[in-house]
Amino acid sequence: MSASSPQALSSQGAAPPPLGGGAAPLGGSLAPVPVKAIPVRHWGQWVGAAVVVYLLVAFVLSLARNPNIEWDIIGDYLFKDLTLRGVWVTLYLTVVSMAIGIVGGTLLAVMRLSDNPVLSSIAYGYIWFFRGTPVLVQILVWAYLGALYPELVLGIPIFGPVFASAETNAVIGATAAGILGLGLNEAAYAAELVRAGIISVDKGQQEAALSLGMGGGQTMWSIILPQAMRVIIPPMGNETISMLKTSALVSVIAGHDLLTNLQKAYAQNFRIMELLLVACIWYLFLTTLLSIGQHYLEAYFSRGFGAQQADRAQRRAFKRAQRRGESGAV
Amino acid sequence: MAQSDPALQPRCDMKGHPRTDEPMVHVDGVWKRFGKLEVLKGVDLVVFPGETYVLLGPSGGGKSTMLRCINHLEKIDGGRLWVDGELMGYRQKGDVLHELKVKEVAKQRSKIGMVFQRFNLFPHMTALENVMKAPVSVAGMSRQKAENEALALLDRVGLADKVDVYPGQLSGGQQQRVAIARALAMHPKLMLFDEPTSALDPELVGEVLEVMKQLAHDGMTMVVVTHEIGFAKEAADGVALLDGGVVVECGPPNDVLVNPQEERTKVFLSKVLS
Repeated sequence: MSASSPQALSSQGAAPPPLGGGAAPLGGSLAPVPVKAIPVRHWGQWVGAAVVVYLLVAFVLSLARNPNIEWDIIGDYLFKDLTLRGVWVTLYLTVVSMAIGIVGGTLLAVMRLSDNPVLSSIAYGYIWFFRGTPVLVQILVWAYLGALYPELVLGIPIFGPVFASAETNAVIGATAAGILGLGLNEAAYAAELVRAGIISVDKGQQEAALSLGMGGGQTMWSIILPQAMRVIIPPMGNETISMLKTSALVSVIAGHDLLTNLQKAYAQNFRIMELLLVACIWYLFLTTLLSIGQHYLEAYFSRGFGAQQADRAQRRAFKRAQRRGESGAV
Repeated sequence: MAQSDPALQPRCDMKGHPRTDEPMVHVDGVWKRFGKLEVLKGVDLVVFPGETYVLLGPSGGGKSTMLRCINHLEKIDGGRLWVDGELMGYRQKGDVLHELKVKEVAKQRSKIGMVFQRFNLFPHMTALENVMKAPVSVAGMSRQKAENEALALLDRVGLADKVDVYPGQLSGGQQQRVAIARALAMHPKLMLFDEPTSALDPELVGEVLEVMKQLAHDGMTMVVVTHEIGFAKEAADGVALLDGGVVVECGPPNDVLVNPQEERTKVFLSKVLS
């Protein structure tokens, strides 16, 4: 408040103070006067944006008017049966391999952090091996496992009793080999992500859980991992999106994923650029879908950290009040 | 609350102790090392049911370590430690100690509540969920019953209007009161407080101490590590001064805090009270 005479103060009544007064006088119920100021103009931003838009338009036009691209073919192939089957295989490989990767990775991370030296050594050895050899080689080895072990045998090694056996090539087809190669490799990488998440959780959380009488597994599952998820999800989203494209490696074992199918097509019709664009459009679309999913997952696991918690808390309070109302009525 | 009968006053060990009932905490010559560093060098401590015992002493004197040994968050390297008549973390057969399994230790811990300096509430759970968690998943209580008890406990620590709020939205004092409610939810026989007010803004210390005094008044057995001399004078039955890994002096607060006998106690008190 600017210093003013007592009369001036009392005479203000309900009228807003003339200028500059941010706060209402003591005991008064005046609304604060908003600060009117001209914001700093960022002319550089406008210029930068204009340049970027200009370049984008130029690029799109250069594609649209390019005589070397036949847009009809892109439209034609975008929803062709061959493409859609490829999209399906790519999605299927990604989802199943990531599922194996995440479950296996979590297991490996917990094992590696375990006090049990046997478990942590197994996890360490697994990660060392599967991270240390090319995923392409791993896919090929699974695909040609039959050359090494023609028969898969369920029994006790060395001593001999056999309970069941089957021909390797009949059990591990191209898809299975792809999934095994991609999934088991991913587990090794995911293990390190999950481990990073787990060790990012404050040690006090574990102590609090232990002091309440919770066991190791319970503490990990319901206290540590849910908090670790906040840290794990962004890089795990990265891994998933990366897997979407890495899955194209199954082309070496006659997989039928998106990129492989389109490559086969352009090997015959030579519309290389068009079909690669089709592939890009689909990969971008799938990546967008995954990013949206990741956004919601992140929102869920940052409960207690984010800003929208008040909302959720109110909904909970309401639900509980409702429940109590019902149980009271019965 | 200090006992008026001098024969019943708290002591450091069981030698010639007039009380014949089972002590809640019995620490007998406990040693603890971290590598080469000896943190506890033969500590004796006896806390009887219903007593509030305050551990005082300079930083690094072994107070917090002593507390963490009581619920076996730290393994002891020597001596014996019983809670409610049970040897913590071990089973004794003849002269041989056998380590207990993780589950058995967890069972022992579930009867001992602990409150931490930095609260350690579960940030992804609301206040209510924090308090309900252990009764439901450790004690196997039904959700409905656990919820009712949790609501009553949160009401008792003065947070009935904060049940659906996440810890991140609460002040330090409120978080610590939720943490006390969470520990009480398991119906512990003993409560351990590890510097419960040290991480709080000065104006929030009072509300937490108030809840603790009420607990002490209600007859809870408590071992409290704190620098709040006022709390010790007002609410403690016994006070022990730990320095250099040993109990320098112990007894009722009126003796130890008002008329200390040991030089180290005098030095410590003069530093704290100045």
